[in-house]
Amino acid sequence: MEKRTEIRLAGEGGQGMILAGIILAEAAAVYDGKQATQTQSYGPEARGGASRSEVVISDGEIDHPEVLQPDVVVALSQEAYKKFAGSVRPGGLLIVDEDRVTVDPEVEAIQIPVTRLAQETTGKSITANTVALGALVGLTQVVSRQAIEQAVMARAPKGTEEMNRKALEAGFAIVADIKKRV
Amino acid sequence: MSVKLMQGNEAIALGALAAGCRFYAGYPITPSTEVAEVMARELPKVGGKFIQMEDEIASMAAIIGARVGGLKSMTATSGPGFSLMQENLGYAAMAEIPCVVVNVQRLGPSTGQPTAASQGDVMQARWGTHGDHPIIVLSPISVSQAFSLTVTAFNLSEKYRTPVILLTDEIIGHMREPIELPDFSTIERYEQVVTEPPETYKPYSNRTDVPAMAAFGRGYRYHITGLFHDEVGFPTQRLDEVEPWLERVNGKLERHADDILLYQADYQPGARVAVLSYGATARTARHAVKQLRESGQKVNLFTAYTIWPFPEKAVEELADSVERIIVPEMNLGQLALEVERVVGRRKVKRVTRANGEMITPDMIVAAMEM
Repeated sequence: MEKRTEIRLAGEGGQGMILAGIILAEAAAVYDGKQATQTQSYGPEARGGASRSEVVISDGEIDHPEVLQPDVVVALSQEAYKKFAGSVRPGGLLIVDEDRVTVDPEVEAIQIPVTRLAQETTGKSITANTVALGALVGLTQVVSRQAIEQAVMARAPKGTEEMNRKALEAGFAIVADIKKRV
Repeated sequence: MSVKLMQGNEAIALGALAAGCRFYAGYPITPSTEVAEVMARELPKVGGKFIQMEDEIASMAAIIGARVGGLKSMTATSGPGFSLMQENLGYAAMAEIPCVVVNVQRLGPSTGQPTAASQGDVMQARWGTHGDHPIIVLSPISVSQAFSLTVTAFNLSEKYRTPVILLTDEIIGHMREPIELPDFSTIERYEQVVTEPPETYKPYSNRTDVPAMAAFGRGYRYHITGLFHDEVGFPTQRLDEVEPWLERVNGKLERHADDILLYQADYQPGARVAVLSYGATARTARHAVKQLRESGQKVNLFTAYTIWPFPEKAVEELADSVERIIVPEMNLGQLALEVERVVGRRKVKRVTRANGEMITPDMIVAAMEM
């Protein structure tokens, strides 16, 4: 079978994880010309509660459309971490928000202050999902940088393009630093 | 043509517009609401009408009325709303009014779980309304097919003067996938053509399987009722009028099965097992079958896009080719009952899951070994 990459983005309702999944899938399908599916799971609440968005990306046809065992998990809340940290496949990647998630000592995770960076870079913590996308793509190259930039710009509400561009950039920059340190 | 990422529900709404749907009445319900959202936004742009009704009973009545008035019409709903539509669905079947009903299945019974997936309404789609009646039920397996099968639903509905149910599920409805939309002007649309003059027109003529339907307000006057009726539509209890009607209406789909039954049969010489599926579960079946074939096993794969009328001849052929048919579905075994009726219980291995989660490829692979 063609190589299939599975990504699970999880957080609280309102953190924009579902939108982040849509943007990632658009980057893959619309701008990189790959196949992608995006699915989601959420409770009845508009805010709070657990929310997750899942993206499968492949060069070939995608049959089963949901994530089976994620290659990458992004957790922006403690609840999301608790629920999904264990689901990442052996050798996969776990990315957490350093300030919102306490990582158990035996768990290997890349800790990034996603929300703090969003606040510092754009003055708005709601851009944390865009920062997370920058970090995710910087670390995995699951889509091209150009594709994720185009996808973010296409989805950014009018007047917020610059803010979102900066947030994405901040995500890429922080993982470039992390990679150097590693 | 350009690629867009889109939800199945959005693709259904666009498919309806492409097919010429110009009237939508509905009551929003998760996980079908996006269909209504797109129709509310897009219908006024093409001169169509969108009405949010007080409930699903009225929604079904409104789309029947709209079609009698000459507009192709649709509604969309999920479990609880689909239950409320059953009475008027029977009326549409009895009065032979074309219309399309989308049911984005969620976990039931009752209010169940609005955001959880299910294929629990397979039997309800066939037998939810009382009395023997014809019905066509189609089930898409992707976002692209959500678009194309909606177009097919409208065309079959017009061609055979019958309600058509697009039976999809929360997975296909909410999933986003790339789709290349065709130019809507290239879409083939079936249109009713009435050649008889009003004086001799018979809306329920038994001389043909599907008499052409004249819209109201264009000089054709006739009666429409849910009672058994004669060839001009007035109630009758005369057996010499009722029996030809029964024979025509309950046989009209069967006599055109080749046109109505859509499925894909993918055979491998030497296979002893087949997997038969539909809807979102068909994607899982494909995943599992590819995995099995890559490991050297031979497996036949059958995907039903028309689930009612049930493609029994094709399934009989499938059964002749193998020793066992695995039927995975997100319910406690519904289409499996129909497969068992056709091929016998001993040949069928059910794989069921009715907790709101998708069946996984591993569950199908495991059924191979049993």
